[in-house]
Amino acid sequence: MFKLLGKFKKEDWAFTVLTIVLIVVQVWFDLKLPDYMKVVTSLVKTKQSTMNAILIAGGNMLLCALGSLLAQVATAICVSKIASNFSANLRGELFGKVQSFSMQEIGNFSTASLITRTTNDVTQVMMIIVMGLEVIVKAPIKALWAVFKIANTNWYWTYATLIAVGALVVIMLTCLSLATPKFKKLQKLTDNLNRVTRENLTGLRVVRAYNAEEYQEEKFEGANDELCRTHLFGTRVMSFMHPGTSLVNNGLTLAVYWIGAILISNAVNMADKLNLFSDMVVFVSYAMQVVMSFMSLIFVGNMLPRALVSAKRVNGVLDVKASIKDGEVSEIPEEHRGEIEFKNVSFKYPDAEDYVLENVSFSVRKGEKVAIIGATGCGKSTVVNLIPRFYDVTEGEVLVGGINVRNYAQKTLRNGIGYVSQRAILFSGTILSNVNYGSNGKDDADMADVISAVATAQATDFVEERVNKYEEYVAQGGMNLSGGQRQRISIARAVCRKPDIFIFDDSFSALDYKTDKALRRALDEKCKGATHVIVAQRIGTIRDADKIIVLDEGKVAGIGRHDQLMKNCEVYQNIALSQLSKEELA
Amino acid sequence: MKNKEYDFGQKGTSRPMRGPGAHRMRIVEKPKDFKGTWLKLLKYSKKHIAAIILTLACAFFSTVLALIGPDRISKLTSIIEKGMGVGIDMDAIYTVGITLVVIYALSATLSAVQGFVMATVTQSITKMLRRDISTKINRLPIWFYNNTTTGDILSRVTNDVDTIGHTLNMSVGNLISSVTLMVGSLIMMIFTDVIMTATAIISTIIGFVLMRLITKNSQKYFKRQQHWLGQLNGHIEEMYAGHTVMKAYNGEDEAKATFDEMNRTLRDSAFKAQSLSGLMMPLMTFIGNLGYVAVCIVGAVLVMYGHISFGVIVAFMMYIKFFTQPLSQIAQAVQSMQSAAAAGERVFEFLESEEMEDESHKNNTGFEVRGKVEFEHVEFGYENSDKIVIKDFSARALPGQKIAIVGPTGAGKTTMVNLLMRFHEIKNGDIKIDGVSIKDLTREQVHEQFCMVLQDTWLFEGTVRENLIYCTENVTDEQMIRACKAVGIDHFVRTLSKGYDTVLDDHVNLSQGQKQQLTIARAMIADKPMLILDEATSSVDTRTELVIQNAMDELMKNRTSFVIAHRLSTIKNADLILVLRDGDIVESGTHEQLLDKGGFYAELYNSQFEERE
Repeated sequence: MFKLLGKFKKEDWAFTVLTIVLIVVQVWFDLKLPDYMKVVTSLVKTKQSTMNAILIAGGNMLLCALGSLLAQVATAICVSKIASNFSANLRGELFGKVQSFSMQEIGNFSTASLITRTTNDVTQVMMIIVMGLEVIVKAPIKALWAVFKIANTNWYWTYATLIAVGALVVIMLTCLSLATPKFKKLQKLTDNLNRVTRENLTGLRVVRAYNAEEYQEEKFEGANDELCRTHLFGTRVMSFMHPGTSLVNNGLTLAVYWIGAILISNAVNMADKLNLFSDMVVFVSYAMQVVMSFMSLIFVGNMLPRALVSAKRVNGVLDVKASIKDGEVSEIPEEHRGEIEFKNVSFKYPDAEDYVLENVSFSVRKGEKVAIIGATGCGKSTVVNLIPRFYDVTEGEVLVGGINVRNYAQKTLRNGIGYVSQRAILFSGTILSNVNYGSNGKDDADMADVISAVATAQATDFVEERVNKYEEYVAQGGMNLSGGQRQRISIARAVCRKPDIFIFDDSFSALDYKTDKALRRALDEKCKGATHVIVAQRIGTIRDADKIIVLDEGKVAGIGRHDQLMKNCEVYQNIALSQLSKEELA
Repeated sequence: MKNKEYDFGQKGTSRPMRGPGAHRMRIVEKPKDFKGTWLKLLKYSKKHIAAIILTLACAFFSTVLALIGPDRISKLTSIIEKGMGVGIDMDAIYTVGITLVVIYALSATLSAVQGFVMATVTQSITKMLRRDISTKINRLPIWFYNNTTTGDILSRVTNDVDTIGHTLNMSVGNLISSVTLMVGSLIMMIFTDVIMTATAIISTIIGFVLMRLITKNSQKYFKRQQHWLGQLNGHIEEMYAGHTVMKAYNGEDEAKATFDEMNRTLRDSAFKAQSLSGLMMPLMTFIGNLGYVAVCIVGAVLVMYGHISFGVIVAFMMYIKFFTQPLSQIAQAVQSMQSAAAAGERVFEFLESEEMEDESHKNNTGFEVRGKVEFEHVEFGYENSDKIVIKDFSARALPGQKIAIVGPTGAGKTTMVNLLMRFHEIKNGDIKIDGVSIKDLTREQVHEQFCMVLQDTWLFEGTVRENLIYCTENVTDEQMIRACKAVGIDHFVRTLSKGYDTVLDDHVNLSQGQKQQLTIARAMIADKPMLILDEATSSVDTRTELVIQNAMDELMKNRTSFVIAHRLSTIKNADLILVLRDGDIVESGTHEQLLDKGGFYAELYNSQFEERE
């Protein structure tokens, strides 16, 4: 947490100091109010006091109330300023940090967790700052000051107050320490209930096909029961807290008056009696301030651990050092554009034992069409992810345009690459903004480029069918398009960049055979000069490739054309045989 | 379901804070029918009505007792005051003191009882609501789910029910005590002194007018803040989820620019909203203080003129707190009850949705079949649209035959399966199993006839054994293992840490193929006379595909099978191929017949081999 406070700007600190001053002012006003009450009490009890004196004292009380209000309002504004500035800065810093991450770091955190850290956790941290300034700073100041003020009046009353505070702390801590663990568990149990319900909903057809409705309901009932039992315990315990604390408060008031009665009756002269009487009346106000301060401190203390966890999670992101360092080369050599070479490349994830890729070597010339094939988990995607340097190799080197990818400025490297992922990712916006996404270091694509790219991706039909054509709205994640449509738009996006190297990571899977065929034919025609790297599952997709790289458990099992591999590569033969019958292959 | 990739935050995200700080950001959702929903909720809680009345009574009496407090304290002060000169009547002090102790203790007890009973009642009601929603899920027709998302229903089960529970537990009791406190303190004040009461009320009204003026527009700023927070979170989600694409296309600058713009706007609107909400508490305190000061001054003047005793001032200092305090609590309780009504509306809307036709009148005894299935002029369109998806479909499957259904996406292949399983009701025509119309059977009877394996493998968090046996009764281990061997997953299961008792959760990494194998084994264990199979597309690798193919072949033996086909081998040895296009059967016959015909099927089939030189 303190580390995060280090991110306070000068301006923030200035506001913080101001806030503390304002809080002191406010507390001063708050505690001054009962003083005037005391004055009023004495005036009333003294026979010779004038109306005017009472009104002046009353006016002073009103001024105190007003002063406190103004100080509080000013505090609120300062705190809001600090909180909104700080959270905006922190969010910005987190976002920037995550942008600099490679797939490696993203994978370490998981996307969902990063999202929570940037949104929810920042809000939580902001909350501690708000509470910290408003409660953690204010409560002790107020409590100490009030204690200081009443300590002199009479020790009996002070003891009563201390006992009350003690009782309060015991009651609250008991309730909170019993209930809080249960409430913490609730989140997990709610997740569990959610999971069971989700299960039923996603498997609706299976549940019904197996006549398993009752089975699911029983399961739900189990989760429901546990959730309710835990919740019940927590709320039952908490139901004692409020009556308990108000009993203490009321008891304190009574005690002060009772003690007061005894003290007054024991006092000798009238002046002392009068003094004690007015002290008694205001003492309750002070004592309540002390008690309330303690109560708010305990509440905040109870919430603090959760917020501190958020602070830790935020720091966890900010502390990561990006593993990929930018190189300096800002130009791909013209004569080698489109060339790729893998030299004895091995790759493993940092904490993993086994290599994903081992000693992979191959080279691709400009304009060649290369296919990578193999069973799931054999490292196909990893190979293509190394080309745009989403990861760094563990051993060996990857060359693009004859230069090691580590030496390029990442932007330069990626300007030359058109990457299409397995799962089509679209952003909210329009079809146009999606196809024309990003920058390739050259001029922005114009409308004609977009139209032509969409045509190449075989998406013209469904785009022009839409009411707004290229300006048609695309929902978050492209959810208003079908899987095949999303895939085609994401291919159009790559085509629109006019890259030297295309990477298709199993990007045709959601397309039916006919569209797939037309699309690949169009790609061959329109993007002739570019190098194509295609990851595929199906032999049909790749059998005309110039070079097929067969991967088996991270190692190269064969490289060659379809006919050659059919003759000399057993892994390839197996794949082929499982897909096509013998006579079709012949 | 549809939203899978963007379904973040279901797990592990913390919920909005309650307690201090919670008053800061809140937008109240307005229900459509506040009274109606609460009446419904009351009717729903019929069983607990006695307990609810008890708690409300407790809240009422506890508050009344608390109200008597200041009056006694005032008396105490008067006794002391009177005795200042002549010596205090300590006996009277003692009596009043003991009375107060009793009153306070009783009040606290009643309040605790109220809290305790209400907590119990609330949990019982929320539990019942959740159970009813869960049961309802399985009573609604499948088409209902075309218009709702999983997230929507989940939020009714958890968030909405939670909101109702929270309101019942906290706000209803609070409302009663607050109103009692306010009305009661008003009555007590009037009885004590009218002029002082007028002072208290006027000062409070002035305070509230002030507050109203200042915070009138605050909702607007909250909404704006909420809107921008949503926008920004959406952008963050999108950019993180699409990180690779953003990187690959050098879209960092664009993303950062959008982010900065949104972040700045959010910062400014958050500042305004936070400042405004920060005003609320001080203003409430000020109203309290204003009343306090007014009461003190006016009281002092009155004492000076000898109209009232000093004890009245002391009592009023407390009454004024009692009078102003509940105002904010009442406002909060009403807000909370509004949110609960809005949540209740959603819950009841779901609970009141039209269920599937009641079939209890049908004879639900065992129904032995041989496996003949006939489609007779089936016509079907989705329940809430006029579009006809299947037009005049007729076909016949003889016992043991294998029927392949092929056609491009959207041709209605899955719909056929849904009709056969009676997940949807057909508009016209009839489907008969062994000559009996499926309309004359109960849905359970229809389901009993078919094993079903779908493309989306469905496994749940539970042991392998639970997943395999599922709800089939009396399955021996031997049967289970035999099925697993038949589909070729037995060996893999044994390699898992606890074999068949391994819990399948996030930590167990199953490949798509293994999941398929498990679901096939599950169908095999259920052992029903006919089979519906939706073959998986390309998501598995080729070697696994072979294994799965064999498993499926094993499952198809001696069963009338309907296969939504993607594989050549399935199509080729099918007894009948139905070629669907736009909801019509355009061709039917065996593989050879259809190829010879050279129609749509031949075109579809050949397009797979276009690369042949």
